[in-house]
Amino acid sequence: MAPKEMAPKEMARKQTSRRDFLKTAAAGAALLPMPAIAQGAAGQVVVVGGGFAGASCARFVKRIDPRIAVTLVEPNATFIACPFSNGVIVGLRDLKAQEFNYDKLAADQIGFTTASATGVDASARSVTLSNGARLSYDRLVLAPGIDIRWDGLPGYDEAAAERMPHAWKAGEQTLLLRRQLEAMPDGGTVVISAPANPFRCPPGPYERASLIAYYLKTNKPKSKIIILDAKDAFSKQSLFQNGWKALYPNLEWVSLSAGGKVNAVDVGAMTLVTDFDRYKADVANVIPPQKAGRIAEVAGVADRTGWCPIDPATFESKLVPNIHVIGDACIAGAMPKSAFAANAQAKVCAAAVAKLIAGQKPDEPRLINTCYSLLAPDYGISVANVYGPADGQIKDLGGGVSPINAPSSARAAEATFANGWFNTITAEVFG
Amino acid sequence: MNTRIAIFAALLCAPAAPAFAAGIADAPAGATSCSGCHATSRAVDTAVPRIVGRNPDEIVTAMHAFKSGARPGTVMDRIAKGFSDDEIKAIAAWYGAQKD
Repeated sequence: MAPKEMAPKEMARKQTSRRDFLKTAAAGAALLPMPAIAQGAAGQVVVVGGGFAGASCARFVKRIDPRIAVTLVEPNATFIACPFSNGVIVGLRDLKAQEFNYDKLAADQIGFTTASATGVDASARSVTLSNGARLSYDRLVLAPGIDIRWDGLPGYDEAAAERMPHAWKAGEQTLLLRRQLEAMPDGGTVVISAPANPFRCPPGPYERASLIAYYLKTNKPKSKIIILDAKDAFSKQSLFQNGWKALYPNLEWVSLSAGGKVNAVDVGAMTLVTDFDRYKADVANVIPPQKAGRIAEVAGVADRTGWCPIDPATFESKLVPNIHVIGDACIAGAMPKSAFAANAQAKVCAAAVAKLIAGQKPDEPRLINTCYSLLAPDYGISVANVYGPADGQIKDLGGGVSPINAPSSARAAEATFANGWFNTITAEVFG
Repeated sequence: MNTRIAIFAALLCAPAAPAFAAGIADAPAGATSCSGCHATSRAVDTAVPRIVGRNPDEIVTAMHAFKSGARPGTVMDRIAKGFSDDEIKAIAAWYGAQKD
């Protein structure tokens, strides 16, 4: 938007916020990015969180309208991707293959600030950072991913996660679970606890169980793996169960109605407690209940569920104006919490943000999610759907899962496509 | 429709470097999701074919064949079912206009 098109009041507000920004820039010295104070900026967008959602959104806002000043706020200089990290757990990949940095985003004239967002003043349209800086925004995009609900499972706290890793945020936890599996003697029992919906990566626990079963079959064939589930149904269920029957006789799934819900863990005894049983594990992977990353709660965009209701066309919060929430943190209706969905949402949100800043009406979007899971290195399955807004929610417009009866060549092709997908999406977001 | 203008604009301001720079603001509904799998950069190691700069008629024909089941796919037979013929046409035209 050209300055002459601004209403006087809007103009005054922008000048004030820019002056504040300069003041903060002087105080915060090198912390603040140059592009954000570029001449003729058509607006300021702050993106919090540099994962698949946030980094994509920052890039696409800038690509759609290079005049918009975009700042990405992220505490880590290195991003560690969750998709494919199950391969790291079982030794098929190095953690290095999951690591990405933000150098290319800086080259796109996106300001990168290594800090956490600690506060949001929605009426002043500003974000406070852990380094004391304050950033003004016209539109704020929150992409904080998930936080573990440390109060969600009795006995499971941060100390417990050092014995019974969740490995649901990639990094040290991923390596810890890997080391535990490697150290486990043949004949041991691995137990995975899968949470109730909603949670990050719905097919993730079952892909992980599959790949661990693959590792055990290959390296420790007398061992077994049990999934204790708080659900009776899960993503790509018949495909997983079909594959397990053929490949992994030592994999057992205990559904909610069969008593699979874990009610507590006893870390000292390495035991998971259900209604009727106690499961002693040699390796326990507890995937605990989750919620939107903390800044969502701080900003007031999370509801009582712990997740963030959004407008299905723009991803603007239904609770606080001018704040958008994308990725795992938002309630995206029929869309799952996946990296593909986060990236697709980010691009739709970026387009909407640019239009809103320009005073135009956002378009009605369509979004795709494609999500691959591996049952073995050469055995891939997928779910793929198209989504769009309807009745105030994001609805499924068509798609489905891989055919249940497919030749092994089709499973191998999907495994190849899965690898290609990871390379493609990480190149788009970070490359 | 706007699409035609968008394509014209995309052709006029052909991007110097990154594919996708031109006309990104006018991407039709659904188009930006495709690049999650269909790489815009030639440097990416993937078996998934690129669609940037591809003949729009080819894309439309393939999508209709996926949608009707005439052509077997891995995921495209499922994704094609979620788009209307008009949406497919607009997406194909937009990708076709992207500079390779």
